[in-house]
Amino acid sequence: MFRFILKRLALLFPTVFGVVTLVFFMIALTPGDPARVMLGERASEKQLTELRQQLGLDKPLAQQYGLYLKRIVKLDFGRSIRSGQKVADDIRTYFPATIELTIFAMIIASLLGIWIGVLSATHKNTWIDVGSMMGALVGVSMPIFWLALVMIMIFSVGLDLFPTGSRMNVRFFFQPHTNFYLIDTFPYLFKGHPEYFLSALHHLVLPSVCLATIPLAIIARTTRSSLLEVLKQDYIKTVRSAGVKERRVIFRYALRNALLPVITVIGLQFGYLLSGAVLTETIFAWPGIGKWLYTAIQARDYPAVQGGIIVISTSFILINLLVDLLYSLINPKIRLS
Amino acid sequence: MKKALMLLLVLLMGGSFLFASGDKESNDKASSSKEGGVLVFARSNDAVGLDPGTEDDGESFYPIRHIYEGLVAFKPGTTEPEPRLAESWEVSADGLTYTFHLRSGVKFTDGTPMNADAVVYSFERQFKEDHPAYDQGPWKYWGYMSMSDIVDSVVALDDMTVQMNLQKVEAPLLNNLSMEFAVIVSPTASAKYGDDFKNNPVGTGPYKMVSWTKGDSIVLEKNADYWGENIFLDRIIFKVIPDATARWLALQKGEVDIIDLPSPEDLDAIRADANVDLVSGAGLNVGYLAMNTAKKPFDNKLVRQAINYAINKDDIIKGVYGDSGQAAKNPIPPTMWGYNDDIVPYEYNPAKARELLAKAGYPNGFSTTLWAMPVVRPYNPNAKKMAEVMQEQLKAVGITAEIVSYEWGTYLDKTDNGEHDMALLGWGGDNGDPDNFLWVLLSEPAAIPPAGNIAFWKNAEFTALCKEAKETADLATRAELYKKAQVIFHEECPWVPVAHSTDYVAMKKNVKGFVMSPLARREFYHCYLED
Repeated sequence: MFRFILKRLALLFPTVFGVVTLVFFMIALTPGDPARVMLGERASEKQLTELRQQLGLDKPLAQQYGLYLKRIVKLDFGRSIRSGQKVADDIRTYFPATIELTIFAMIIASLLGIWIGVLSATHKNTWIDVGSMMGALVGVSMPIFWLALVMIMIFSVGLDLFPTGSRMNVRFFFQPHTNFYLIDTFPYLFKGHPEYFLSALHHLVLPSVCLATIPLAIIARTTRSSLLEVLKQDYIKTVRSAGVKERRVIFRYALRNALLPVITVIGLQFGYLLSGAVLTETIFAWPGIGKWLYTAIQARDYPAVQGGIIVISTSFILINLLVDLLYSLINPKIRLS
Repeated sequence: MKKALMLLLVLLMGGSFLFASGDKESNDKASSSKEGGVLVFARSNDAVGLDPGTEDDGESFYPIRHIYEGLVAFKPGTTEPEPRLAESWEVSADGLTYTFHLRSGVKFTDGTPMNADAVVYSFERQFKEDHPAYDQGPWKYWGYMSMSDIVDSVVALDDMTVQMNLQKVEAPLLNNLSMEFAVIVSPTASAKYGDDFKNNPVGTGPYKMVSWTKGDSIVLEKNADYWGENIFLDRIIFKVIPDATARWLALQKGEVDIIDLPSPEDLDAIRADANVDLVSGAGLNVGYLAMNTAKKPFDNKLVRQAINYAINKDDIIKGVYGDSGQAAKNPIPPTMWGYNDDIVPYEYNPAKARELLAKAGYPNGFSTTLWAMPVVRPYNPNAKKMAEVMQEQLKAVGITAEIVSYEWGTYLDKTDNGEHDMALLGWGGDNGDPDNFLWVLLSEPAAIPPAGNIAFWKNAEFTALCKEAKETADLATRAELYKKAQVIFHEECPWVPVAHSTDYVAMKKNVKGFVMSPLARREFYHCYLED
């Protein structure tokens, strides 16, 4: 087991190095002069030259790459071209918002998704099955921005149940520290300001439900087909013939094996959501990494794009590692091979 | 276990509903006076930074205008400069020396005094390369406004008097000084924070920054020591809600008080809402189709006129701008002084266009390229769609136009160097002076690549008029000169001036005292909340 983990960790470095290199050349080879994009219609030639020098864009590509590697090794992502802010600071500000939202969305998607999947597998070809799989199809194909707006119109403006967006009531003047609002506001529960925590939680509901729709649908489908597959196997027949209650057959014997592909899917979906859900973040005014990265790409903000992509892909890789480790916990066969 | 967790979750959600009402309780106002209250302004983007010298985006300028003040400032609702930190000034007879007398007793919000040294510091950091703060640049707007070609030196004559010496006569100078880049910053704070001054702004304005949650909100608080009068609000919150429809929903629900730039699709609903006021103003911009007069057949005036007759602006406004644009007939927007309203625009007349083309020697039309920008700009919300409409309209008079587009930076480079035949582009005004449009976009010196004048139109008479206006101090005389220049532009038509955008702001009925700025800025100086 220990060797397995070590091996997986060792593989981490070449993968991250690959990402780092890919990011640099992808951006360097993209057409468009960042100085020009940044200064727009009004730029004078002198300003452009000065800015290119300042950004090191006048140096040969190989030299730029060398300098870039040197910075990255020191975990220095530099300053954003567009805003002059430290990229690391920006990521520390925006990434927690995305992580918080993603964790919530994935909890909703996993719990509900597995439950619906089990339900439709055990009620195969009944109206429950057909209904929930149709629901899943709708869930996968619904345009998120549309769903988000409709949800705001119904649950926020119409029924007055939830705020329209943001992470907290803007009139609270709350200043976050870690930018995980639930963590930042938690101590205030006991300091006479429970409204901070509750407001943060209240603001999480609509966006995370909205963000959960697609992963929920995918998880439900995977659970259903995987469980159906397992239920056909001989050992299930044996357990059933031994007179074990059906409920126990499903949850004790079948589901555990059926969950393997589901965990992979959950891991992948988690990774996708971490790269930032631009649409959900935009409509719910959720200051996450997706919207931030999108703006950076549009502005040809090299350091910001590099820093953002490296951090996101590294977390993606880490999640995959985690999934592999979980696998080996659930299924001893993987540990041995 | 699972059940207990579920129960906890349900309880928490339920609890959070109890506090949901807090979202709507709008103002912490004590009495029925104008004093006090919190104003929440929802807009599409966060500020990039709050150092007035280094930023060039409107979203940064909105809070900057409340935190800082300049020697002069635009009179609310106009593009005319009025005294602010300078109580008065004199201009020497040759127009080369401006002497400003500063308002006494004004302090920055860090407690240091606003004086001649602070004024000198605020300007010198932007152009003296040996200045300790020069490296904090790039000083974008100082460059955009070519201030290094205008200003020679800024000198403190005594503690409260500053002299600005110019290299050449430049009538629009006071307009330039009313812009954000020319506000006065606290030298102490600038030196203390260095590169992070943009996150820790200190000025003399009626409000000071108390917190900035990046990507989310900037909170400004009333400056208790402010020298001016009629500042009522306790706090102003600049809140980011990127999606236009989501902004409108937040306003409907009462979570915010004012929203910037509502979506054109929501305008009807906003007008119909009895609790909301919709305020509009013509944007200080123009979207245009430039014809490259350095190339055939656009060197021929008749061809350019034919194209002006062939384009149906009403269709374009309807299809591309919706409610948020008005047809243009001049290269400057109608809210600007010097706008020539006597010009009769070219009407839509394809027959006349074909006739002119025949007269020019193109009875069967010709083939050409039509360039369209890849990005949304305030003056043109959808250039590709506009190009498609134009393509159809040109086809009707026999001109086959192929639509061409490049990535934005490349697009600007190529058009600046005249690689296009016809190109869509536009301009947003900065200092409210016609010079900022006519000289920058249409004069002869601007037609040298990399050109601002991408029609590469060289008209000596037009340039001479604009030059004279640049060097004349009297506003009425200048306006007359610009009006004449517009007549020449109309006759020679190097462009098809297409449209000026319309700016909208929607607010709750109890928000009073808001004046729309023709410079596409948002200012809440004298706003107050009615009960």
